[in-house]
Amino acid sequence: MPNVQKETEADLIPIFIMGKRYLVPESLTIMKAIEYAGYQFIRGCGCRGGICGACSTVYRKAGDYKIYSGLACQTVVEPNMYLTQIPFFPALRREYDYETMEPVAESIYQLYPELFRCVACNACTKICPMDVQVLDYISALKRGDLEAATRISFDCIQCGLCASRCMGELPQYHIAQLARRLHGGKLAPRAEHLRQVVESIAAGKFADVMEELKALPVDELRKLYTERELEPAMSDEQWRPSNNAGL
Amino acid sequence: MKISYYPGCTLKTKAKNLEDSALASLAALGIEVEELERWNCCGAVFSLADDDLIHQVAPVRDLIRARDAGADKLVTLCSQCYNVLARANKLMREEEEKRETINLFMDEEVDYHGEVQVVHFLDLLRETIGWDALREQVKVPLEGLKVAPFYGCTLLRPAEVAVGGGDRGAPHVLQDFLSALGATPVRFSAAEECCGAYEVLINPVEGMRRAGSVLAAAGESHADAIVLSCPLCEYNLGRKQGDIRAQVSGIPDIPVFYFTQLLAIALGLDASAGRFELNMASARKLLQDKKFVEAPATQV
Ligand code: FES
Repeated sequence: MPNVQKETEADLIPIFIMGKRYLVPESLTIMKAIEYAGYQFIRGCGCRGGICGACSTVYRKAGDYKIYSGLACQTVVEPNMYLTQIPFFPALRREYDYETMEPVAESIYQLYPELFRCVACNACTKICPMDVQVLDYISALKRGDLEAATRISFDCIQCGLCASRCMGELPQYHIAQLARRLHGGKLAPRAEHLRQVVESIAAGKFADVMEELKALPVDELRKLYTERELEPAMSDEQWRPSNNAGL
Repeated sequence: MKISYYPGCTLKTKAKNLEDSALASLAALGIEVEELERWNCCGAVFSLADDDLIHQVAPVRDLIRARDAGADKLVTLCSQCYNVLARANKLMREEEEKRETINLFMDEEVDYHGEVQVVHFLDLLRETIGWDALREQVKVPLEGLKVAPFYGCTLLRPAEVAVGGGDRGAPHVLQDFLSALGATPVRFSAAEECCGAYEVLINPVEGMRRAGSVLAAAGESHADAIVLSCPLCEYNLGRKQGDIRAQVSGIPDIPVFYFTQLLAIALGLDASAGRFELNMASARKLLQDKKFVEAPATQV
């Protein structure tokens, strides 16, 4: 008997959402599959574009002891995937006065002494849906290297899965955020082109355009907005808007 | 033969003078080492609990990284790191059941069986160059410098990981090293004692008493300086020396060096390679008084 593909519908595959079995189209992302199954997101969903970190999901596959993770909005469903979302995982975030804080590792050690509870088990790196080398940035911080911690943790979207798996109970993602703030704001060289642009804006580069816009009636403003030229989804780096006014 | 280098956390922060002087010396001696591209804290203290395997994971991970980098040897400088890495390696070589458990837990790495050899910098010098050849490389013999060699605990204990290559008698690697540099190792009764270690955190009074007795013994040996390889010992005997002197009587004012700092100077490297600004003030002054290094140009 030859395989007869249904032409109109995608094939349905079984997945288990919080333990309950559903048949969903095989081409969907986890997020769309959950919606297809009848759930409505009030948490656990944000940008739908793989950047906000709200939709972190953990899953297992039938017969496999490993824990897998993914962003629900980016990961395509697999047959017999057992999943649940973890939209939030509690992790201690210390308060601090950024202005008066020294950009040195000791500032971090004082706020987060639990950093030294890390046993290098690597569970954090294994679970990270963004493939951040979490253990490596924690190790970098233990040796006082804020620059390396900033670089290594750069793709972190603060989903918190690392903290959910940590046997040392570290809030890795909060620690890394503090490291990036200290390094980015107080140590890294200032971006010269940014300074120039900010100066030119302060000097009134867009003042006229802004005044024109402010004078428009709401209807026309809305029309301008809805009809604005959008960058095509697949455009290359050379793409430029046809009207450059205001840029 | 490829040699990987494991610095350890303290060498990247408080003990830059240990790392910088060592790396500059290795370059001068033509020994090539490569810092591990990725490494984590070794744990600093070897876990003695028989059923506590999770604390072996950190050092084993570093050993795996060295193996995966294609290294035959992993060289370390800090006595604590050396001790932890060497003992974890021994465990992975000899204790089959524990090795199995650890390898099963670290399921994303290729199993490790102790393929890499962990060596302390002193043994690397001894094995790779040898004391006679080192003596020939010395440009500034440290003549007339009387030095108390301080081993402390972790370079020597347990015996299976003791530096010196399985020599079971009284340790003499540091003495041989100092002699090769032209210095005079003195007989030092506290050479193998504890510096007080982490007692400084838990029970500072007792910690200072311990460090004080080591310093007093160094004074009795009429040494000009103490030499060691451990940042924790340096902290207790060097950095805290002023505090100890203020509290305990009979404590000499005696500079404490990392052994690699004396090596760099003896090899004729610029004094900046020693990073003596990170030592107690008397350290550089002693080397200047002995005319091994010049006084820094006075600031205008
Ligand atoms: S919804 Fe924002 S990352 Fe998935």
